[in-house]
Amino acid sequence: MVCKRIIPCLDVKDGRTVKGVNFVGLRDVGDAVELGARYAAEGADELVYLDISATREGRNTFTSLVEQISARIDIPFTVGGGIASLEDAARLLEAGADKISINSAAIRRPELIDEIAGHFGNQFVVVAIDARRIDGRWMATTHGGTRPTDFELFSWAREAQERGAGEILFTSMDNDGTKAGYPCETFRELSSQLSIPIIASGGAGSIEHIAQVLTEGCADAALAASIFHYGEISIKELKQALHDRGINVRLI
Amino acid sequence: MTAVVDYDAGNIRSVLHALDRAGAGDVVLSADPEVLTRADRVILPGVGDASVALRSLQASGLDSVILSLKQPVLGICVGMQLLCRHTDEGDVDTLGVFGTDVHRFVPAPGLKVPHMGWNAIEGLRGPLFKGIPEESAVYFVHSFYAGVCPDTVASCSHGTPFSAALAKDNFFGTQFHPEKSGAAGAAILKNFLAL
Repeated sequence: MVCKRIIPCLDVKDGRTVKGVNFVGLRDVGDAVELGARYAAEGADELVYLDISATREGRNTFTSLVEQISARIDIPFTVGGGIASLEDAARLLEAGADKISINSAAIRRPELIDEIAGHFGNQFVVVAIDARRIDGRWMATTHGGTRPTDFELFSWAREAQERGAGEILFTSMDNDGTKAGYPCETFRELSSQLSIPIIASGGAGSIEHIAQVLTEGCADAALAASIFHYGEISIKELKQALHDRGINVRLI
Repeated sequence: MTAVVDYDAGNIRSVLHALDRAGAGDVVLSADPEVLTRADRVILPGVGDASVALRSLQASGLDSVILSLKQPVLGICVGMQLLCRHTDEGDVDTLGVFGTDVHRFVPAPGLKVPHMGWNAIEGLRGPLFKGIPEESAVYFVHSFYAGVCPDTVASCSHGTPFSAALAKDNFFGTQFHPEKSGAAGAAILKNFLAL
């Protein structure tokens, strides 16, 4: 049985990780490579680096950061943020990324999924969907959940799979930041409609929430940021607790 | 000197980095038959479509060069699949070193394809797995698998049992990515480098 994966997400701006981190013994909490190595050593199964730079210079810095991450980190990592073309994806592959995550660019032009998957394989393409419930329907949104689109979650996820996505990263914008748990019913439904793995994001506040989305929600992986960054739950502690609940995780 | 076969094989950089971390020393990325023949050991990487990778090797004549090698050769992921007899991916005959064929995983409820993530390997034998505990978890990402056969030196299961690693004479192959498998993967790479 393939293990359920735990994936910390690191936001990077102008080459530095942002969000407060209070790790003991880490000299520079803004150092994205050091922080990633620390998570890997603690038992993270993969890493996601999200570039939130707004400028071209910031983007270039990110590419060179990806090269450094690839040199140092011995677990898979996904990069996302601002990838809008095949060229962007190729540049990050060349820098050493194992996967790229695309979000609003795929909504603007769904063919982008076919193009990237066609060139670099389905395993390279993660399609991220930020959705919220609008009039009882789960609709994809852009711009941090503020702009609704005409893309309904389930049909868009199926289309992304058909076009060559290797995984779906679904964030419930209704739950993101609430620390009140994931909408497990929705994850379960999504999982039943797709044959590719699903990464759950948005809403984790406790070990129990993560355990729920991996079991009742049928998610293949759980991604979180703040609970790890602020040291509320260590990855080691989380994985041991999941293991104790009978969930198949990799212990190191 | 360790040579990594340079062909249209996707993310080769992570293999080069992992070799560096494992202390491989002199590593060259090359498509030159002379360099490959002269190397102490050769790594055949690969991600993406196996039939496309095979055509790329055939176009440059590297398929016969690889088969003629006498030093240790390690195929990784699609690189391993290319060393099997046949693949359903594009329905092509491959290099035929390992006595097994490559088939597609069939998705089923609770069985996602690609098989992506960490999974435990068992039945470990041979020099590649020296000092590696049974049930070690390594990182896989693949939609096609090589069946279990007498050349299998590590096995895994995803709906069906499959070869996680194969070995025959001087040829070795891993379906998983040792370069992305943390400490366990690094130890396996070091074992290969010590051959």
